[in-house]
Amino acid sequence: MAIGKSVKRIDAVAKVTGRARYTDDFFMPGILLAKYLRSTIAHGRVTKIDTRRAQRLPGVERVFTYKDIPQNKFATAGHPYSLEPEHKDVEDRLLLTRHVRYWGDEIAVVVAENNIVLQEALQLIDVSYEEYEPLVTPEASLTEGAREIHAGSNNIIGESQYAVGENIEKALASADVVLEGRYRTQMCQHCHIENHIAYAYMDDLEHIVVVSSTQIPHIARRIIGEALGLPWGRIRVIKPYIGGGFGAKQDVILEPMVAFLTLKLGGRPVKMDLSREECMIGTRVRHPFDVKMRTGVNKDGTLVALDIDALSNTGAYASHGHSVAGAAGAKSRALYPRAAIKYHARTVYTNIPAAGAMRAYGAPQIMYAVDCIIEEAAQRIGMDPVEFRLKNVARLGDFDPLTGKRFESCGLIECLQRGKALIGWDEKRAARPKKQTGPVRRGLGVACFSYASGTYPVCMEISGARIILNQDGSIHVQVGATEIGQGLDTIVAQMAAETLGVPFDRVHVVSTQDTDVAPFDTGAYASRQAYVASNAVFRAARELKAKILEHAGRVTGILGGELDISNGNIVHGNNPANNVVSLREVALDAYYDKDRGGQLTAEISYKTRTNAPTFGCTFVDLEVDVPLCKVNIKEIFNIHDSGVILHPVMAKGQVHGGVAMGIAAGLYEEMLIDTQTGYIYNNNFLDYKIPTTVDVPDIGCEFVETFEPTSGYGNKALGEPPIVSPPPAIRNAIWDATGVQINELPMTPHTLYKHFKKAGLL
Amino acid sequence: MNRTIRCTVNGKKKELSVDIRQSLLEVLREELGLISVKQGCAAGECGACTVLIDNVPIDACLYLAVWADGRSIRTVEGESKNDKLSRVQQAFVDEGAVQCGICTPGFVMAATAFVEKHQGQKVTRNEIRRGLAGNLCRCTGYDTIITAVKKSLDEDFFCYDENSGGRRFRPA
Repeated sequence: MAIGKSVKRIDAVAKVTGRARYTDDFFMPGILLAKYLRSTIAHGRVTKIDTRRAQRLPGVERVFTYKDIPQNKFATAGHPYSLEPEHKDVEDRLLLTRHVRYWGDEIAVVVAENNIVLQEALQLIDVSYEEYEPLVTPEASLTEGAREIHAGSNNIIGESQYAVGENIEKALASADVVLEGRYRTQMCQHCHIENHIAYAYMDDLEHIVVVSSTQIPHIARRIIGEALGLPWGRIRVIKPYIGGGFGAKQDVILEPMVAFLTLKLGGRPVKMDLSREECMIGTRVRHPFDVKMRTGVNKDGTLVALDIDALSNTGAYASHGHSVAGAAGAKSRALYPRAAIKYHARTVYTNIPAAGAMRAYGAPQIMYAVDCIIEEAAQRIGMDPVEFRLKNVARLGDFDPLTGKRFESCGLIECLQRGKALIGWDEKRAARPKKQTGPVRRGLGVACFSYASGTYPVCMEISGARIILNQDGSIHVQVGATEIGQGLDTIVAQMAAETLGVPFDRVHVVSTQDTDVAPFDTGAYASRQAYVASNAVFRAARELKAKILEHAGRVTGILGGELDISNGNIVHGNNPANNVVSLREVALDAYYDKDRGGQLTAEISYKTRTNAPTFGCTFVDLEVDVPLCKVNIKEIFNIHDSGVILHPVMAKGQVHGGVAMGIAAGLYEEMLIDTQTGYIYNNNFLDYKIPTTVDVPDIGCEFVETFEPTSGYGNKALGEPPIVSPPPAIRNAIWDATGVQINELPMTPHTLYKHFKKAGLL
Repeated sequence: MNRTIRCTVNGKKKELSVDIRQSLLEVLREELGLISVKQGCAAGECGACTVLIDNVPIDACLYLAVWADGRSIRTVEGESKNDKLSRVQQAFVDEGAVQCGICTPGFVMAATAFVEKHQGQKVTRNEIRRGLAGNLCRCTGYDTIITAVKKSLDEDFFCYDENSGGRRFRPA
C-alpha cells in the first residue's frame, strides 16, 4: 500500500546529485542563440527599424523584425482548445510586433553564435517610434476617447457575471447591517528560479522539435502549430525537468519563436534563454485587482449577501485574460454557499506587462477582498470572527448554488476548529488587554477560502495514462500530466503501485514529457493533475491488473478469478501469503511464450466531469512594531481539507511553499511601475524582494482528511490553495493589533506608514 | 583572449584554457559538463550557481574563471561518493527539501559549507536561516531545507527555536 505514505520522492536523488537535466542542460554543438530586441517605450508604433549594421556584425546569423513573421494572430494561454466560441482565448499576439504595448515589447529578434555577439548586435539596431501616451491604470485605459491598445477592443477584454440565491438588492435590503469596502491587490511575479527557456531544431524536413521549460507540453504543441500555420502533428514538444512555473509557464512564451527560427534557419538548433530581467517583465505577472464589495449580515451572525465587483488589469496582451477574473469568482462561490452572491468582473487592457496565470488564478485577489469584508462584518455585529465564519462557511451537504452539485466532501468547519485550537485563539484573546497602546502590539487573524480541483465545466478535463508490464515484471507508467516540481511523478507511482498491488519501488514513471509518445493531458495548472490523473491512472492500473491476472491464470492453470496481486507476486485471493508465481515469471511468459500472451499494457484516456471544491484556512499570530511599521509573524498555521493526503511530506511541502508565497504577497512583493512611462523599476531580485530564508517564519501545517469520492484515491486539489488565505489573515491580524484596516496589498512598511499616519498612530 | 588555469575540481586536477571573459559558471557547465551549476539570475542574487571555492560558498556566475587558478572547486557532482549521498544530500532527500530542484545543488553546497563550519556546535534555526540567506528557493518556503541542515549537524546538540521563546525545536 503506497497511498498516504511519505515514500521517497522519485526524483529527489537525481536533483540532489545534480544529475537531473533541465532544458539548459542539453548541449548541442553549434546551437545558435537568439534574443529579442525589446521596446524602450510602453506604448507606440515603430516608424522605422534598421537592422543592417546588426546583420553585418560577424557572428550574427540573422535578424528578423515584425516585417518577417507569419501574420497568424494567436492566443498564448495554456487552456485546452475550446469548441465553444465564447470560451475561446483571445488571439491578439504575433511573434513580433510593430505596435508597442508595454515597456519591453518584442519588435525584433537576433540570432547569433554567442551571447557576446548577440548583445552587441542588439545595440546596433536603430529604431524610431511614434509614441503614444502610456495607459498604465484601468482608469486611464477606460477614459472616454483613450487610444485602443488592441483595435476594436475598447480596452475591455471581457466582462461576465453570475448571481445565485435571492436577488442581491433585495437580500441587502433585508439584512440588519450593510457594509461596503474597496480592496486593491498588486502586480506580482512568479519568480520561478529557472527562467523561461526553450530551444528548437529539426531532424528532417517536416518536423520541428521544441524542448522547453513548460507546464503544458501538449497545449504548447497546438499553439506552436497555430502561430506558425503548421499542422499540429509536425510539432513535437519535449519537457525535461523544469525549475518551477507557478503559472508563468502555463503560457506559451518562447516556443513559437524558437520553432519559427529553426524553420527559417534550415533546421539548425536555436535557443532562447531569457534573463531574469526579461523574465520579470516579458513573460507573465499576476493580475492586479480592484474589488468593490458590499455585504449584508444579520445580527444573529447570518451572512445574507455578498456583492462582488472586480476590475482586473490584464496588461498589454490577453494571455489568460478575463478567464482569471471569471475563475476567481467561480472558485470562491463554494465558501459561503448559503448566501445570496452576485459576482461581476471586467478585465481591461493597459500598457503594463501581460498578466496570466499565477498560483491560484485570481482567487487570492477575490478571497482577500471577501475575507476583509467578512472580518468587518463580524466586528460590526460584535461576533467572534471565527464563530462568524463557522456559522456561514460551507458544510457537508451544501450545494454549489450555481451548478446544483452537492459537495461530496467538506472539512472546512473542522479546519477552522483545528486552527483555532492550534493558535490558542480563545486563550490569547482572553489573556491580552482590551486596548493595546505600546509601540509593539500583538494581533490574531483568520481567513478562509474555497478553491477547485480543476477547470470543469468551463474547460474539459482530460488525462491519459499508459501502464506497461516490463519483461522482468517491473512497471513503467507514462502519463500526460506534467511534473513541475510539485511531485506529480511520485504521486502517480504511488497510485499505480496501490492499485496494481506491486511495491512502490518497482514502478518507474517516465518524467520527461514528449508529445510524440506521451498520452494526452493538458498539463500542470488549476491544481488539477493529482485529481484528474487519479481517475486515469486508477482505471489503467485496474485494467492492467486484470490482464496480468488473466495471463497468470493461463500460466498457473488457476482460473475463475481466484488470483490477486500482492506485494508484486501473484497470490491466491483468499490467502495473500501464499505466492503462486512471481510477476516476473508471468511477464516473461507473456512476452516470450511462442503461442500465448503479448506485451501486457493498459491505456486509458479519461475525462473527469466533476470538480471537487477544496477548502482551508490560515490562522496567524503577529506583532506589529508601530513606529517601524513592521510586521513580525510569531506563529502561522494553514489547515487544509484536500481530501485524502496522498504523500504527507510532499503535501506539507506544497503548503510551506504556498504560505511563504502568500506571506510575501501580503507583506513584501510588488512590481513597481512608473505611471508616467510604464517602466518597471524592479525587474530583478535585488529590487523585487522575494523572501529569503530569514524572511519566512516556521510554518505550521495540518490536514483535515476527508474522502472525495469523485477522484481515484479520495484526493482533491492542494497545489495552489495554500497561497490564498495568508494575506487576508495577516491583514485581519494587523487590524486586530492596531485597529487600522489595510485594504491594499502589499502591506509593506511604506503602506503601513501611510495608513498608521492617517489613523493617528504616528 | 584565452589563458590557461590550473585548478582542482571535485578532487581532480584540471588544466583549462579559458576565455578571460568567461564566468566560472560557464566554464564548469560548458567545458566540464557540471550541469548542477544552475544559472538563475546571472547577477549574484539567487545563489542557484553556488559552488565552494576553497570551501567558501561563492556564486559562480559572478566569479571569473581565471580567478579559479590555483584554487579548489567543489560542486554537488563531487559530493556523493561511490553512489552514496553525502550527509547533507541525504538529509535533503529525507526531509522533503527538494521540489523543482533547480535551487537544490546550490543550496546543498551552501548547506555543506555551513555544516562543515558548524559541526559539533549548538546552532539555532535562525542561525541556519542567516547562514543560508544567500540562496533563494521559491517552492519550499525553506522550512524543510532548514530542517535538513539541522539534521546534518551533530544530532547530539539541540536546535533551539528563537521564534517560540527558546523552546526546543521539534521537526514536524
